[in-house]
Amino acid sequence: MADITAPAYRIIPIIPALKPGAMEGKGPFVASDKINEAIGFPGQLVEDWHDRAIAKMGELLGKYRSLKVFMDACVHCGACSDKCHYFIGTQDPKNMPVARQDLMRSVYRRYFTLPGKVFPKLVGARDLTREVLDEWHNYFHQCSECRRCSVFCPYGIDTAEVTMAAREILDTVGYGQKYSNEIIGKVHKIGNNLGLPGPALKDTLEGLEEDVKEATGIDVRFPIDVKGAEVLLITPSADFFAEPHIDSLIGYAKVFHATGTSWTLSSMSSEAGNFGMFIGNYEQLRKIALRIRQAALELGVKRIVVGECGHAWRVAYSFWNTLSGVGEGADPNDQFAQMLQKQLDHRYRQPSHICEFTWDMIEQGALSFDREANDKHIITFHDSCNVARGSSMGGYPGGQFDIPRNIIKAVANNFVEMAPNTTREQTFCCGGGGGLLTDDLLDLRVKGALPRMEVLQQVADEHGVNFMATICAICKAQFTKVMPIYGFDRKMVGGVHQLVSNAIKLGDK
Amino acid sequence: MSALFAILFYVATLLLVVGLLYRIRTYAGTPAPLKIPTTPAPTTTGGVVLRMTREVVFFESLFKANLWTWGLGWLFHASLVLVLLRHLRYFTEPVWGWVAFIQPFGIYAGITMLFGLCGLWARRLFVERIRYISTPSDHLMLLLLIAIAASGLMMQFVAHTDVIAVKGYFQGLMHLSVQPLPADAILVLHLLSVVILMAIFPVSKLLHAPGVFFSPTRNQKDDPREKRHIAAWAKQLESEN
Repeated sequence: MADITAPAYRIIPIIPALKPGAMEGKGPFVASDKINEAIGFPGQLVEDWHDRAIAKMGELLGKYRSLKVFMDACVHCGACSDKCHYFIGTQDPKNMPVARQDLMRSVYRRYFTLPGKVFPKLVGARDLTREVLDEWHNYFHQCSECRRCSVFCPYGIDTAEVTMAAREILDTVGYGQKYSNEIIGKVHKIGNNLGLPGPALKDTLEGLEEDVKEATGIDVRFPIDVKGAEVLLITPSADFFAEPHIDSLIGYAKVFHATGTSWTLSSMSSEAGNFGMFIGNYEQLRKIALRIRQAALELGVKRIVVGECGHAWRVAYSFWNTLSGVGEGADPNDQFAQMLQKQLDHRYRQPSHICEFTWDMIEQGALSFDREANDKHIITFHDSCNVARGSSMGGYPGGQFDIPRNIIKAVANNFVEMAPNTTREQTFCCGGGGGLLTDDLLDLRVKGALPRMEVLQQVADEHGVNFMATICAICKAQFTKVMPIYGFDRKMVGGVHQLVSNAIKLGDK
Repeated sequence: MSALFAILFYVATLLLVVGLLYRIRTYAGTPAPLKIPTTPAPTTTGGVVLRMTREVVFFESLFKANLWTWGLGWLFHASLVLVLLRHLRYFTEPVWGWVAFIQPFGIYAGITMLFGLCGLWARRLFVERIRYISTPSDHLMLLLLIAIAASGLMMQFVAHTDVIAVKGYFQGLMHLSVQPLPADAILVLHLLSVVILMAIFPVSKLLHAPGVFFSPTRNQKDDPREKRHIAAWAKQLESEN
């Protein structure tokens, strides 16, 4: 790890020259037998991996229109070729979105299209060899599924969909990734990604109550497993103990306290994150999402609110209704979904993001702030990829950009935007998303952070920015780790509700 | 030769129509189990129609991506539309008024089409990243289109062919009768290239034309919280336990 250094900033952000093979063999650890078998995948690479992989690919092509269309539609125009943060940071041409897709498309053409069967060389079709499979494992774990390329593709081809399909195929043949599969095992076994058992969680929350009491003199509660509470808060488990995540958890609790909202956490379902999405496995995605449904039904809550977590919000906003019925508008005969939807209070959006909750309360005048408490900060906002390009807030397109910014401006005086081609829908991934937030990929993570670090440096130099707010647990963990390598203070990154927590007036209302 | 081309055109037309219908049916019949519009996305059907129109008519996403590729690509496609419309005169009798009206514009469009294609090919040859991702078929596809445009322009500006006879030939084909086709080398090249293009359309990257309409990241409404979206195969999982 000592040899990992930050790449140099580009003078003018120009397109880097290609360095073929730069990231060859830099992929993640392979999952062990134990990890794979715990979640129902073959322990290690199966004998007949070739046939099984092709069969799985055929199955996915029939189940996902996205994959089918995306395999056919690419014309190699190159629109996406300079848009990926991992390409920019590593200069490895196989990290260009189109080249990454082609790792799979070449195989698709060979086995599923006429020209590829007859003239493989002509159309760039390849047999699925062991080398190709290794290449998949390597490069499909150098994609954070951030969807930035899909913004620029004239056909909307989303590399994330291709990466997910590739990882699903790899898991089917027993060649999955250690980090993601291990975490999925923990969720099923213990209830959260960090493997934090219920009693430890309760201890932590009691400790937090004491800390807040000491700091503010006010009894802010962190309730757990309270039946009949109005709000069930589902938040990334990093919020329970990691820095700076925990400061945002305190922020949510203070907002609930100040608005007199009855709320609860769940020890059974103490995780917003859903790594089932990262590995592209619908059954895992669904199974993990069902824990939230179960908690909501058992606790009898009226509302479900999601904490600061990027991919979790994409899953919650875009997929929960499909996977578990958390939402509204199910068919009257759809008993599975109706069972939960009848219980939920549809005066509110289900599920809601904590930022939607807080902003609604601010707009209603239910919260007041001492903005000067944040005057030590000159703040910028990093849009998290899954929130920006895979979800929304507030019920209108672009609400996911406005609402967190509105909150920051309501609780602090100094706010500065970063360069416009790196924010909102064109935001860059932090470099650690998509199941890559693991130390065996640290070199990749540091390089992938380059485009964000460049523009952060810019606002730090020009405006003295000393705080980058974000609403994603992975962004927070990733930046805390890589920012020191770029010469920034790790404390520069934090949550939006950390700022809320600093400024909120308790006890007034 | 007239008979040979008649067979080629009938076969190519059949391949094009049946192939495309088959593809479209496959796309339409494949479920999209999850809501995956690239956000911010429209929340209404009207909004989706607008987004798709901007994408198809103006290449909105490509415009955001790269001005050179957008400019050359749009120039080529817009020119191609005009050129195709101009060619309706070979298939209509009497020629429709507006088709007659656009004839001169169609000629200029032939020139801009060629220019756009050459620009795109230059990009493919000289920009390192694009060269890296290009397969032989990517180059050949451009070459084929360049051959079509160049041979067409040559018949306009260099070596005229008997267009009256050409029209007679295609009018004949439309009524299942084979008329004599002028035996000009350039015309043969032009028609042969067109036949090849038609035949490979349904099995090549030209599928981007129908594909874009089925792209879930562009054609889905962003309303996952308001309406439960579920595919049949996914619904089945619910009854299993």
